[in-house]
Amino acid sequence: MTLRSKQGPQGGPASGKWADADLPTRREFLRRFGTGLLVWVVLRDTAGAEESEAAHPVKVRPKPEGDFNAFLSIGEDGHVTCFTGKIEMGQGPVTSLPQMLAEELDVSMDDVSIVMGDTELCPFDQGTWGSMTTSVFGKVWRAAAAEARAVLMDLAAASLQVPVSQLTARDGVVTDSKDATRKVTYGQLTQGRRIERRVSVNSDLKAPGQFRVIGKPLLRRDSRDKVTGKAKYAGDMRLPGMLYASILRPPASGATLRSADTSAARKIDGVVVVEQPGLVAVLHELPDVAADALGKVKAEFEPSPSRLDDKTIYAHLQKAEVEPRISTQGGDISTGAARAVRRHDATYLGGYVAHAAMETHAALAHVEGGKATVWASTQNPFGAREEIANELGLPIPSVRVITPFVGGGFGGKSFNLQAVEAARLSKATGRPVQVMWTREEEFFNDTFRPASVINIKSGLDADGRIAFWDYEVRFAGDRASERLYDIPDHRTLAVGGFSGPPGIHPFQVGAWRAPGSSNNAFARESHVDQLASIAGIDPIEFRLRQLKDARMERVLKAAAEKWGWTPGKSPSRRGLGIACGADAGSYVAAIAEVGVEPKSGIITVKRVLWVQEMGLVINPAGAKIQMEGGITMGLGYALSEEMHFKDGVLRETNFDTYGLPRFSQVPRIETVILDAGDSPSYGGGEPAIILTGAVIANAVHDATGVRLLELPMSPDRVLAAIAAKA
Amino acid sequence: MPDTIDFNLNGQPVRVSAEAGRDLLWVLRTDLGLTGPKYGCGISQCGACTVLVDGRAIRSCSVPLKSVKGKSVVTIEGLAAEGRLHPVQEAFIAHDALQCGFCTSGMIMTACDFLRKHPKPTRDQVIAGMDDNLCRCGAHVRIVDAIMEAASAMAGRTPS
Ligand code: FES
Ligand code: FES
Repeated sequence: MTLRSKQGPQGGPASGKWADADLPTRREFLRRFGTGLLVWVVLRDTAGAEESEAAHPVKVRPKPEGDFNAFLSIGEDGHVTCFTGKIEMGQGPVTSLPQMLAEELDVSMDDVSIVMGDTELCPFDQGTWGSMTTSVFGKVWRAAAAEARAVLMDLAAASLQVPVSQLTARDGVVTDSKDATRKVTYGQLTQGRRIERRVSVNSDLKAPGQFRVIGKPLLRRDSRDKVTGKAKYAGDMRLPGMLYASILRPPASGATLRSADTSAARKIDGVVVVEQPGLVAVLHELPDVAADALGKVKAEFEPSPSRLDDKTIYAHLQKAEVEPRISTQGGDISTGAARAVRRHDATYLGGYVAHAAMETHAALAHVEGGKATVWASTQNPFGAREEIANELGLPIPSVRVITPFVGGGFGGKSFNLQAVEAARLSKATGRPVQVMWTREEEFFNDTFRPASVINIKSGLDADGRIAFWDYEVRFAGDRASERLYDIPDHRTLAVGGFSGPPGIHPFQVGAWRAPGSSNNAFARESHVDQLASIAGIDPIEFRLRQLKDARMERVLKAAAEKWGWTPGKSPSRRGLGIACGADAGSYVAAIAEVGVEPKSGIITVKRVLWVQEMGLVINPAGAKIQMEGGITMGLGYALSEEMHFKDGVLRETNFDTYGLPRFSQVPRIETVILDAGDSPSYGGGEPAIILTGAVIANAVHDATGVRLLELPMSPDRVLAAIAAKA
Repeated sequence: MPDTIDFNLNGQPVRVSAEAGRDLLWVLRTDLGLTGPKYGCGISQCGACTVLVDGRAIRSCSVPLKSVKGKSVVTIEGLAAEGRLHPVQEAFIAHDALQCGFCTSGMIMTACDFLRKHPKPTRDQVIAGMDDNLCRCGAHVRIVDAIMEAASAMAGRTPS
């Protein structure tokens, strides 16, 4: 994806009739930047800090030396082009990354263009996930800009014959602070020279007090392209002579192909059939004709070996024998249990949830002459490159993955099967091939958020405090499972992770926006809420008494104050719920008001307040969009989204049965970002989804006295819980 | 034998030689090179493929090419008149009413038809009017804000 600034050079990959008509190669790029300033960054410092959410983590990391790893270049016209292996899937780095550069470099945003997710032009990146673009990668990115600025200031000092300390820079112009008529532009400084710099991450960054651009709310830079239809996604890419592929899928997860009769499909004019082990596809120059032709393939499958369904899955997960891992522990559970005067144990369940990005997985591959070029909707272009290279038997540098705009990812597009399929089919047919999954394929191939079971044993002591906390999370992973509360005797066990172990789940599972965090926050915050109710103490008061982290306390208090919380013991019949949590280094607290329709079991969320402390915020406008988006998306896993299945067959295969949140379900949303002084940046895109389930469950309890222990809180479950209580 | 279908596309007359029963979405995206209308579900459930046919919002994934014969079709690419963005497009930009942008063209086309029928809508009417368009990124609140603003901008421009 290339987003040119208003003043940037025109033309480029997005403007041609054919996607590759003007696709610059590495050599052309080097020629274009034959003179000017190039800054490279040595990535070693951050490499280990990233947690992989890839379906197949990248094994081969390029050596920084000798690879085309430029982070930014400043051309002779003073125009800045920056390069990143991160991708834009809606979360906003297309704006926030140039914003950081503009700050550290003292250039105008209008002078910064960005190239994202192109493995040929951009530096290696592990993948876009984990809310780490700003918090982890941002440091490197800013350092590159700071280094470039230092070089420019040295050049300016020589050119103007004054010490660096006497210079100021603004909008790409360096001025002598003692004589404002003496100035020189970045473009003039780099003209006719070829300057290269390598930096590590320890450059001098600006302090928050010096910011002019960081921290300013900026509108998205990609809006214009997106409201005019100009923005290209992988499925929009076109090449001369290309074919569209429709791929044969089994009727059930785990079912295997016994035989396929493609003779009827082959009779259709222009159809090309590819039959390879594990890949039967029908291709045509028109996608809809290919899809119709696939319907003519008669195939027989061995049934799925799975005998699980969406009810029996929990017993299966509960008894699966997997070695637990101690996540945290302190004190002694049996001592705490002996001190407890009231016990409260509960089990919390959550079903499989789909990513359901509006854009299905798509890729256009052109394999030719020992090289492959693949436009893919992916969260990890470098991972895709390696998977494609392995599959085709090509050296990694012979594969180029280009990431256009991505139509939503949420973790689901770290799985690159469609790109591999397109590459295989292009190789087999000798023509460019596009694969764009149907919605049904998207559900079928999705790496669902795993179903999980969380068991909590706990008790209250004589003072109404939590005496012990025995927490076991099974198959959601332990992200955001921190206690937050000061409990002397505690233990947190994690059985399996969010993606495994293999064979546990009847489907592929994987990272889903803040993997595990929503499940853990739902269980912990529901349970703490119930303990508060048993103790007869206001839920905010109860939490504040035992919170052990000052940042969390501040966020929770801010939420109570902003809402105008009047204390009350739950159930107060007001329908008010509270929840708090931490994820990706950020702290969040939410308060919600709900109504519950006792006859239909329908929950209406009326109002949500969300307070977040996420450290230094680069673009507050973008951060708020992410928060609203997270809260809204979270309504789905909280209220309506779940996969029903039996023997490997999914009941939900499209949006007629899978319940995404709709306009009419979205409450009034207020978001508050707390100022965090000089603190570094923490994750923003994911923390905003982790509490939606918990805060609604707690509000439902407050409204009805009924505690829901299973997500989603669909009307049938609400009715069943009400009936069980009566 | 392919059929010949004449219609008006984004203000220009076009003649398409294709099977009349093919879904309009794929003819637009493939034969006519207009990739603004998106595929999200293929069964009229998401609205990503919405285009205007004689001013009415139509889900192009679920209507045959022949249904637009002699009619006027507008896609997102043709909405800006003489280089000036439509007020709904302007308002989407001003409100950051999108994230990934994949639902956006369908949202805007649906909103255009909605505002034609409800030039002075209430917020609740906008919500009801947009309820069958899906957005996974959760841009809903801002989309409603944008449509409300577009309504006032349009009311100011065309005296009623
Ligand atoms: S693609 Fe037409 S409504 Fe979803
Ligand atoms: S902006 Fe991504 S689906 Fe609506």
